[in-house]
Amino acid sequence: MIKFILNNKLISTNESPGMTTLDFIRYNKHLVGTKIGCREGDCGACTVLVGQLRDEKMIYNTMTSCIAPLGNMQGKHIVTIEGLNMEKMTPVQAAMVEESGTQCGFCTPGFVVSLSGFAMSSEEVTFKNAISAIDGNICRCTGYKSIERAAQIIVDQLQAKDLKDPVNWAIENNFIPIYFNTIPERLKEIIPLPAISKNGTSTKVGGGTDLYVQRHDDMHHADIDFLFDKTNLNGIHIKDNEVIIQGGATASDLLYSKELNAHFPNLWQHLKLVSSTPIRNMGTIAGNFVNASPIGDLTAFFIGLNASITLSDGANKRTILLKDFYKGYKILDKKPYEIIESVHFKIPDANTHFNFEKISKRRYLDIATVNSAMSLRLKDDIITEIYISAGGVGPTPLLLENTCNFLQGKILNIQNIQEALDFIQSEISPISDARGTAEYKRLALRQIVFAHFTECFPQTFKIEALI
Amino acid sequence: MKNVDAKNHVSGKSIYLDDIPVRQGTLHALLYDAPVAHAIITHIDYSEAEALEGVVRIITHQDIPGENQIGGIFPDEPLLAENDIHFWGMPIALIIAESEYIARQARALVKIEYKELPVITDPREARKQDSLIFPPRTFKIGNPENTWENCEYVFEGEADSNGQEHLYIETQGAYAYPTEHGSIRISSSTQGPTAVQKTAARVLGVDMNRIEVDVTRLGGGFGGKEDQATAWGVLCALAAQILQKPIKYSVHRMDDMRITGKRHPYRSDYKIGLDKNLKIIAYEATFHQNAGAAADLSPAVMERTLFHATNAYFVPNVQVTAYSCKTHLPPNTAFRGFGGPQGMFVIESAIAHAANELGIPARDIQAANLLKDGDEFPYGQIVDYCNAGSTWTDAISTYNIKTIQKEVDNFNINNNHLKKGIAVMPVCFGISFTNTPMNHARALVHVYQDGSVGVSTGGVEMGQGLNTKMVQVAAHIFNIHTNRIKLETTNTTRVANTSPSAASATADLNGKALEIACEKILERLIYVAAKQMNCAEEAISIREEKVCVNGQPTELAWEKLIQTAFLSRVSLSEKGHYATPNIHFDKQKEKGHPFAYHVYGTAITTVTVDCLRGLYEVDSVKLVHDFGKSMNTAIDDGQVEGGLVQGIGWMTMEEIIYNKKGRLLSNALSTYKIPDIYSVPGEITIKPLATEGHPLAIRKSKAVGEPPLMYGIGTYFAIQNAVKAFNPNYILKFDAPFTPEKVLMGLYEGREVLAKVKAEEEKA
Repeated sequence: MIKFILNNKLISTNESPGMTTLDFIRYNKHLVGTKIGCREGDCGACTVLVGQLRDEKMIYNTMTSCIAPLGNMQGKHIVTIEGLNMEKMTPVQAAMVEESGTQCGFCTPGFVVSLSGFAMSSEEVTFKNAISAIDGNICRCTGYKSIERAAQIIVDQLQAKDLKDPVNWAIENNFIPIYFNTIPERLKEIIPLPAISKNGTSTKVGGGTDLYVQRHDDMHHADIDFLFDKTNLNGIHIKDNEVIIQGGATASDLLYSKELNAHFPNLWQHLKLVSSTPIRNMGTIAGNFVNASPIGDLTAFFIGLNASITLSDGANKRTILLKDFYKGYKILDKKPYEIIESVHFKIPDANTHFNFEKISKRRYLDIATVNSAMSLRLKDDIITEIYISAGGVGPTPLLLENTCNFLQGKILNIQNIQEALDFIQSEISPISDARGTAEYKRLALRQIVFAHFTECFPQTFKIEALI
Repeated sequence: MKNVDAKNHVSGKSIYLDDIPVRQGTLHALLYDAPVAHAIITHIDYSEAEALEGVVRIITHQDIPGENQIGGIFPDEPLLAENDIHFWGMPIALIIAESEYIARQARALVKIEYKELPVITDPREARKQDSLIFPPRTFKIGNPENTWENCEYVFEGEADSNGQEHLYIETQGAYAYPTEHGSIRISSSTQGPTAVQKTAARVLGVDMNRIEVDVTRLGGGFGGKEDQATAWGVLCALAAQILQKPIKYSVHRMDDMRITGKRHPYRSDYKIGLDKNLKIIAYEATFHQNAGAAADLSPAVMERTLFHATNAYFVPNVQVTAYSCKTHLPPNTAFRGFGGPQGMFVIESAIAHAANELGIPARDIQAANLLKDGDEFPYGQIVDYCNAGSTWTDAISTYNIKTIQKEVDNFNINNNHLKKGIAVMPVCFGISFTNTPMNHARALVHVYQDGSVGVSTGGVEMGQGLNTKMVQVAAHIFNIHTNRIKLETTNTTRVANTSPSAASATADLNGKALEIACEKILERLIYVAAKQMNCAEEAISIREEKVCVNGQPTELAWEKLIQTAFLSRVSLSEKGHYATPNIHFDKQKEKGHPFAYHVYGTAITTVTVDCLRGLYEVDSVKLVHDFGKSMNTAIDDGQVEGGLVQGIGWMTMEEIIYNKKGRLLSNALSTYKIPDIYSVPGEITIKPLATEGHPLAIRKSKAVGEPPLMYGIGTYFAIQNAVKAFNPNYILKFDAPFTPEKVLMGLYEGREVLAKVKAEEEKA
């Protein structure tokens, strides 16, 4: 039995927890305002808001319901477009109408839901953040300009928002219906989901953002161990000079983490390159690692930090370097019943420089063609420690060990880096596919590795070195 | 006036195909389609699939009572394959099950064996093997052969443009159920209800009056649901006829992308000759259209390529030939622009080539050759109401091209990491179906006793704002509030024998028909009012819902007038029929006057290329567009912005990839990228050209659906100019889309870095 609140109604269902939230909404509850566009989280037509009680307050995040398993909705508040409708249009709806931000209308409920989520979030009210809230919504008709104009109107109307109590502010200002104020008390009455895991063979699901793209039908009736809301798997903290990120932390958790932002000033730019807001709200760091995609963005990011992971089978734990987790294409150093409990890495000190790069056909909301991260520790112009990762250039995510070994102990200058760039080519084995030819991937990786240096040391490294 | 559907859209209340409440006992359909591109079927075994609990029936070509044929222009496309497979994704069998989920399980159990045959994916290869859909066509004016020797400069080259996936966010689909007397009612997500009706009748072996097709709205069409929506409607109707049950098919995105055709890829050759004043005095082009495995709409698309081969330029000596090449791809089809963009890309490439060789900006050549009144198009139509020069001049001066150029040059002098490029793109696009017999439409108007109005037309609302414009037309003629008027669904029993909503002409054709219907009713109402007011009919008018005598409002309001008319036994219903006047085309001579009018415009595009990473952004597109006298600026601006961005997508990130075996690799939204909110131009500025409009446009408001897409072509050349600014070794290539890969390779070609990488790859 799964229990949650759907709009203003308490739902108790015996439906298979492996079914998608989208199918439940549309075909069980006949709420057809939530649309099906792609069934792989890439268009946002099925966007819903998912609210959770945290410290007595409701926090709402967007999720693409097509790849969100129903089992992950236990004890939450799901809001569809129907749950936002009132007698009069909300300011979000009115702005979309006013600026003609809707043409065929099929993607529109998704945009309205995402922008309504922005209206009730505690994020700073800026145009940039409003656009970020709809970065997972694709529209084929408008060319987005009218939607941008609608977003600007909404931003203007949100200027007075109380960031400490945004949900109530949104109720008072008619952005959302009044029933939202009853949700916290009603959610408290729902007992949290007991762990479903019956034995070691059940499929472990975090956010489901990859499994539900690849194996949507298999998951429907699968025996699933839902990890997403396990409290021991959530959180980011610092201990003994190490950052420890629990495996269930989402990409959004990373993006908004105070701890990480304190040490990575460009975190926003870097993590904005990873999928889209609704996917970042679901996809977990452990999921990204075990998915074992050679092109996983977070994998490249953390290999570049020389991160370790701690695996647990419930009884025993072991810690290995993340780079050693990958043994071959989709082959992991992991027993079936092990899960990634946490990832941890040394806090970068003042002499450590970090950068993340990604090349893709579309800058945002795309899978990388190649990606790379670098952390480099410098002492008096000498490279004392260096890690450069590379994704998309082999069957597994890589640490460019030879290149790094070559640079270790060298002076940071253009000659040494030029030489290192040549080293890269012998460590990689890209293949031609839909994302690009092997030649291109070789060149692109070389370019982005050089970009690490132009980004970290703009005075020393300039593009002219490549001409 | 805002879009009449907008409020429903923003509250999720608009009803699309998959939102129609299903009837009890509805079954679900799913295609089994070929996993090979060219083959003969050697063995079929449906037994396991049929045995699966919940599977009701597997329908094959043998179950078709009528003709197994869905080809619209030529009868060359079976609904379900018999023995031969011609493309990867070709429908073979229709699985009917109690749920979609069961149907998908069953699909995995179908066992078919094939004998594979050689696959052609390249149109040049197809031409070499004489594999053509139909014979080539040539448009000719003057005599280019004899002109080359008089040219100061002659340049030749190749220009290729790739296909484009429509990516309507609502996928294809249909819902059909049996009604009485052997009839079937089909709800379809189609731009062409009559095509669905006619084809269903043919396949089911019944008269057209037994098939009713109803369309509420589409979640995007863009041409992809003009011809290719038909199969789904017919499949559902066929299953409904056989099983006498309601049948629903809402197509999964990956199935839709794999099975349906796209914009035609073209591979072309050009030869351009200029005199010393940069006048283009001769132009030749050979277009190889990749039609895919069946004709679909390819003949018509190919024709429009020829019509728009010289874009907005006057060239006295032209010979352009097009080949529709038969390959083993899914049959390619209509897509916004309909072959026009492909033709324009080639002449723009030729001009860019010439400009590069001559060391001048392409716009010097473009400006020297713009059309003017009295010029003759290669197809014989004489240019009139020409706005090629006026939109160009307006754009150049309004946006101050010299200043933009200077800013770009200064930027490029001071930056190596980033380079900017600009390009100007003029557009001239003909409005009308180039197949003259299609240029007619009908509308049906009922004024109800309470004064409310119901309007049916043959047009389909798919986001282009048709319903809104139709409301405006009716409200304008009757001079009543728009909220009295309701647009009905598009239904073949109310408005029959319609042309599809396409060719940018839907509002013109249906709007004019609607005007006629409304005017006929108005005439009768004026008669009633004159009698009531005891005055001459000439003295009567209706203004703001009131009957006026000699312009003075009376007490006789709209509602009262309608009641009076009704009680006087005057008909309050009317049908209007409109056929575009003055158009004709002789396909033997390839001459005539095919277009009611042309739409013009000029766009200036500025881009910035990151020369380290090969990534780019469109900074701005500033344009002057010939709307005529726009009847709805909100809707028309939306069409310009949306069309432009779709054109930019086609020229930049949207890359269709088939492998050599004919399998689509860019088969999902994860591998086929369309513009997201971050990839659109930082700025789009639209200035309407000051003009009186054209009398054949609805209320002088010109067609706007397709022309803006072609502004996107400028992006290709702007990127190219930025790449040139970084890499003097770059050799011009005309091979759209200009993906980040092509940009990066272009930035570094002829440089040691790339040579090293290539050597490493060879070693590996």
